[in-house]
Amino acid sequence: MSAEGQTTTEYIQHHLTNLQAGEGFWTFHLDTLIVSGLLGLIVFGTMWLATRKATAGVPSGMQNFVEMVVTMVDSQVKDTFHGKNELIAPLALTIFVWIFAMNAMDVIPVDLVGWISGLFGIHSTFKLVPSTDLNATFAMSIAVFFLIYFYSIKVKGFGGFTKEVLFSPFGKFPLLIPVNILFRIVEDIAKPISLALRLFGNMYAGEMVFILIALLPWYLQWMLGAPWAIFHLLIITLQAFVFMMLTIVYLSMAHESH
Amino acid sequence: MNINATLLGQAITFAILIWFTMKFVWPPLMAAMAERAKTIADGLAAAERGKHDLELAEKRAAEILRQGKEKASEIIAASEKRATEIVEEAKTQAKAEGDRILVAAKADIDQEVFRAREQLRTQVSAVALAGAGKILGREIDAKAHNELLDKLVAEI
Repeated sequence: MSAEGQTTTEYIQHHLTNLQAGEGFWTFHLDTLIVSGLLGLIVFGTMWLATRKATAGVPSGMQNFVEMVVTMVDSQVKDTFHGKNELIAPLALTIFVWIFAMNAMDVIPVDLVGWISGLFGIHSTFKLVPSTDLNATFAMSIAVFFLIYFYSIKVKGFGGFTKEVLFSPFGKFPLLIPVNILFRIVEDIAKPISLALRLFGNMYAGEMVFILIALLPWYLQWMLGAPWAIFHLLIITLQAFVFMMLTIVYLSMAHESH
Repeated sequence: MNINATLLGQAITFAILIWFTMKFVWPPLMAAMAERAKTIADGLAAAERGKHDLELAEKRAAEILRQGKEKASEIIAASEKRATEIVEEAKTQAKAEGDRILVAAKADIDQEVFRAREQLRTQVSAVALAGAGKILGREIDAKAHNELLDKLVAEI
């Protein structure tokens, strides 16, 4: 438990509120922006350092680790996507690594940051896990959505793309065209929403459970906290992997005609 | 839980990270890994080639060994043949020599016999003469009876 004099509801509310700046739409969740930016800087900076010293000979530990991740992503991309695209593999790597790093913030104790900042006299709200912020997950899924459309039109041409929207999945019969379009709209809206909400939901629920566990007396917390943290390690990796995999699948679908 | 401008900020960060990965992380790693794969493939090919070479060399060594053995046995056979020949030659020579010695010895013996016989004849004739002389009681003129005696000697 953090500060005294809080009710349970207040405590939970406190942990679920972002550090904000701005008004209305132009509100910025500073915690999400800063943490995800810093993680990007650290993780991708580390990978860059590893690649800068990359040799074709025996790889060093860091290079080996980065290569393992890269090889995993590369083989997934090669299994799923058979076209030629310079973007998809690095995109998949970026998604996997970044989401993994953001999700991994979930295993940091929920009150640690508040406690440390409290030592310096700062008592603001701070959500440490960027992927529990819908803005972060939607930013990625909408970017993927635009890429799907970009490549659909680029590969098939505008005519081919229009034809696909009008005539699939049910066929060329004129009466079916509105149904086809409706299906297409639902399908395409579902993609980014499901991508974003899946990641957000998993991480938010996980964080929520950690907060609830933190409400227990301190001598009982380990009983639930340890198993949940261990289980959550799986979810962290799995959600990063699922987001990456679905991105690859969607983009490879965008390259193929129905 | 509201969507707001944070989304734009996140999208920009995302775009930068994708660009960074595409530009600086992915290509050098892929290049290094491809190069390593090539090095390993080359190494394996070289090992394969070395194995093949070794096989060839072993085959050649076996061939040379076989040839050497063949030559050795050839030489042994030739030398054995030569040895038999030499022995045969020596035998023939020895036999010839033996024959020659035999012939010479026989000739010597004949000669000795002849000489002995001559001597004996002379002595016999002398004895006969002496005996006859004694029997007759008188000296036989050796000169007068030489012819007769010679004839006698020839008859003995």
